[in-house]
Amino acid sequence: MADLTADLVADRTTEMMTVNIGPHHPATHGVLRLVVDLEGEVVRDLKPVIGYVHTGIEKSCEDKSYWKVIPFVERMDYVSYFFQMEAYCGAVERLIGLEIPPRAKYLRTIFLELNRIHSHLVWLGTTALDLGAISMLWYCFRERDRILDLFEMATGQRMHTRYFQVGGVIEDIPVGFEEKCRSFVHDMPIRVGQYEALLDRNEVFLQRTKGVGIVSHERLLDLGVTGPLLRAAGDPWDLRKAFDYLAYPEMDFKIPVGTVGDNYDRYRVRVAEMVESTKIIGQALEALPGGPFIAEDRKYVLPPRSELSTSMESLIHHFKLVTEGFRVDPGEIYYAIEGPRGELGCFVLADGSSKPARVHFRDPSFVNLQSFADMAKDSYVADMICSLGMLDPILGGVDR
Amino acid sequence: MEIERRSLESRQASARDMLRGDLEGEDLERYVEERVVTTTFEKMLNLARANSIFPLTFGLACCAIEAPISIVTARYDLARFGAEALRASPRQADLIILSGRVSIKMAPVVRRLYDQMLEPKWAISMGACSSSGGMFANYAVVQGADKFMPIDLHVPGCPPRPEAVMYGFNKLQRKIIGSPDQGWRARYNAAGTEEWARGGPASKPSIEAAEAYELARELAAKEPTRA
Amino acid sequence: MPDGPGLELLRGEIDADAPGAVLATSYEKERAALIVDPDRIVEVLTWLRDTPGQGYRFLSSLHVADYLPAEPRFGVHYELLNRERVERLRVKAMLPAEGPEIDSVTDLFPTANFQEREAFDFFGVVFHGHPELTRILLPEDYVGWPQRRDFPVGGEPVTFTYSEERYG
Repeated sequence: MADLTADLVADRTTEMMTVNIGPHHPATHGVLRLVVDLEGEVVRDLKPVIGYVHTGIEKSCEDKSYWKVIPFVERMDYVSYFFQMEAYCGAVERLIGLEIPPRAKYLRTIFLELNRIHSHLVWLGTTALDLGAISMLWYCFRERDRILDLFEMATGQRMHTRYFQVGGVIEDIPVGFEEKCRSFVHDMPIRVGQYEALLDRNEVFLQRTKGVGIVSHERLLDLGVTGPLLRAAGDPWDLRKAFDYLAYPEMDFKIPVGTVGDNYDRYRVRVAEMVESTKIIGQALEALPGGPFIAEDRKYVLPPRSELSTSMESLIHHFKLVTEGFRVDPGEIYYAIEGPRGELGCFVLADGSSKPARVHFRDPSFVNLQSFADMAKDSYVADMICSLGMLDPILGGVDR
Repeated sequence: MEIERRSLESRQASARDMLRGDLEGEDLERYVEERVVTTTFEKMLNLARANSIFPLTFGLACCAIEAPISIVTARYDLARFGAEALRASPRQADLIILSGRVSIKMAPVVRRLYDQMLEPKWAISMGACSSSGGMFANYAVVQGADKFMPIDLHVPGCPPRPEAVMYGFNKLQRKIIGSPDQGWRARYNAAGTEEWARGGPASKPSIEAAEAYELARELAAKEPTRA
Repeated sequence: MPDGPGLELLRGEIDADAPGAVLATSYEKERAALIVDPDRIVEVLTWLRDTPGQGYRFLSSLHVADYLPAEPRFGVHYELLNRERVERLRVKAMLPAEGPEIDSVTDLFPTANFQEREAFDFFGVVFHGHPELTRILLPEDYVGWPQRRDFPVGGEPVTFTYSEERYG
């Protein structure tokens, strides 16, 4: 009997099998297709095939005046819409040399950090769902609905709010927003503590994420990876601290950093970032200055409607801005901010007309996806799914 | 036999007698009549199908965050309409919710998924992008999923609120049952005010287009109505 | 970002080691840019990355812009970042309309892999030495370079009964 099994084992050869995963698959990360070379259950090579939600946004933007581009651009990475708006509006503001008022800076910071928490909540819910911790989805989305209530209160829309405009924000926050936001900021760290209590020391979670998906720090930098993936590998690189933009220089917050760079560190870094974001929002609410919420330069910013009935100039400016839009002198600029997934950069090329000649986004998910092959090599398929969750790609940003 | 309303005590008494096996004759008949409804088999089947739809977990882009992810969460619970079990395999699903923009690369994939689903199957086109291309009138987005697959219901919005999708879901359920909701034109007697996109009664297309529309109408008339 | 004088100093240093590679400098809106001869791009980027004291080791973004009707038409932009000094530098290489070809920098910066494929996909710029230069976002059999300025946006007009004859 023993000889028989020995013969069977000796005869068995493993051959490589190429398996196609996606673009429709239960892991809720969008339409990503993976062509995986498997040897048994071990992944030997991996090729992501993308483009299944390519929308031609960059081409459409060339056809629209500068402020009409804003709704297009926010639909790229569809969970961090405020960040795309900020990258684009910030780039155009720097192109035309427009200074935004301090209240707008603080409001933008508040909404950006709320969006960062929102993005991390969506990530945590769906990734825990992939790993089997199904109830996390309901808890995370409960908090997410609170954030969306705040967005709806201020802007009228839950997602894709077109709230940031060139020069500031489109509307001031309503009465009652500050209290609601404060109560959210008060509750959020408690909730995050509850999430940590569920997952941090859960044996199954630890077994699935510890030591899995490690890519060396140099390799990550070579591949251009930024954001929580780089910070989990121990590098405290955060564009909020490196470059001065919006109200971040006045905020006091820490950058959570991991040690090893495995999936567990990536999870811990993002969860800690949620708490840091609540601190930023709390500080911004306290220090929110008064004043205008959008720049006063009527050549680029719509005048308030009350002025339209009294001032002829305002009427002319309004007409010009709405029909043709403002013109930007020829020039080009690249402006990058820290999105929830890494460096979100916006390149705007202006050619003197009222429509941009080129709008290009350096999307963090697109660049981070290149590190996925390294993460998943020589690990099991289940580890690959876990790494995909912790990589946090949003295919709208990848494909644009 | 008419059923007259009886008081609660008399109904409880008769229920107790039934359990004891004491009801006889007319009392027994009345008891049974109060609890049995007769209908056709198709109506029963449609009722069952409408209230236990298995949606496919299929999300394309931004609308996917609102449905199917947000719509099954606790606030906008889709499970109360029987659609709790989201199936990953198209062979096991009834309903495909096209949530998001359909790009030209993805269109054949969606069509294949739809073909893999077994009859009876329905499709909801959620949001502006899958209904008509949305704001993306460019080379990369299919201008409406109608172009390559039959859609039962369109839900407007960008993205539509989860409540809007559930409202559409309810309308789909009524459509399955066989009593679709009247549109506002029927309610307000406004037939004839339609602005057809193309090919309607008041349109004046070119000769070739007119012939093509006629042919399409003939084919549609020949096809049997779907269950 | 290196400021105006700093940019000129940088250009002077590059000219000492690689004469003729840098064609021009540009400093506007507080952003420094070097316009470089496309045939010497790998040399310049290697110099910027490896010379001690420069250390632009992080390639933030690689993208192409179409400057039609100006000639040369395509501008390949390399956004470099020095993380120690927190400075950005842009390197531009201008390519002509017929046969836009340039050397790939994937050996220097592996992050350029997907980004060069995207540039090829949208503009038709060929990167020599790229490990796998195929279409990445559009279907493999797509014909045309959509992001070029003379490629139409596409889509179809919405037809109503009054405009049906026009749009068919």
